[in-house]
Amino acid sequence: MDLNKKFTPETWPENPETATFEAKNKFVGFWLFLGGETVLFATLFATYLALKNKGPADLAFSTQELFELPLVFVMTMLLLTSSLTSVYAMYHMRNYDFKKMQLWLGITALLGLGFLMLEVYEFVHYTKLGFTFDNSAFSSAFYTLVGTHGFHVAIGLVWITLLIFRNSKRGLNLYNASKYYTFSLYWHFIDVVWVFIFTVVYLMGVVG
Amino acid sequence: MTELDIYAKTPGEYDLVRRRGRKEMRAQVIMFSLMIFLTLISFTMVIAFEQNVLGFTKYMVIPILMLFAAVQVGLQLFYFMHMKEKGHGTPLMFMFTGALLAFLTVLTFVTIVWWN
Repeated sequence: MDLNKKFTPETWPENPETATFEAKNKFVGFWLFLGGETVLFATLFATYLALKNKGPADLAFSTQELFELPLVFVMTMLLLTSSLTSVYAMYHMRNYDFKKMQLWLGITALLGLGFLMLEVYEFVHYTKLGFTFDNSAFSSAFYTLVGTHGFHVAIGLVWITLLIFRNSKRGLNLYNASKYYTFSLYWHFIDVVWVFIFTVVYLMGVVG
Repeated sequence: MTELDIYAKTPGEYDLVRRRGRKEMRAQVIMFSLMIFLTLISFTMVIAFEQNVLGFTKYMVIPILMLFAAVQVGLQLFYFMHMKEKGHGTPLMFMFTGALLAFLTVLTFVTIVWWN
């Protein structure tokens, strides 16, 4: 079958993300990857919980003094909303509406960029206060956990930007439908991890 | 490369698919509102704890925070990531294995610290 075949909304399959053999492979393979990512983040969360507020005897920074909830709240709202906009994109993908899908993915990327910029601001702010990566066992665990998540967001942004521009003239077909779908799974997974970060690191950090 | 049967839906069938899609999208937006709602409650509870509001103790706030996080993650996986739809047996197996290993890892690290 020609993967570049043009469809109409009437001939477009109901589940284009798993309509071809290659797409099915991508779908299963990507979920396996996400299972592995779950374990990766679990090790970082476990390290963080074990080393939380620990370090040299004159530990200057603790979770209670360091974290500022308003900033974390705005970041959470940005990432949560970007998850919904990517759901909208997949809705239009299944309806064979390429333009709307690209538009919603563009919005998703902008929200993700906003999140990432706030995170960079947060890290720079902490560093200026003297809370650097090598400040304590706690600071290393904190930056590794939250930074790995931020790195995933950055990778997601590069991924979606490439997808949007690379396919802008091609339109939607069975070759790229699964690529878009895989990205949306990845993006939701980033949000899943963030739900645990804002709960375990920030909210429970403030509670102590 | 497997062959794919191209089938043009009749206007009636097409209408049904679109209607089903809209209904699905409505459910997604409702779940999103629920997630925002849970997030708001979580942040409000922590602020109440910070202000020493009566009843908002550490041992009440933390379990509820964890519960809300678990509900939010469930909604993300089953609604936003479509895991409630058909053909998601293998993803369920991968994710549950991942979650089990994740739980064991966190449990191990935390207990090692507690016992030292």
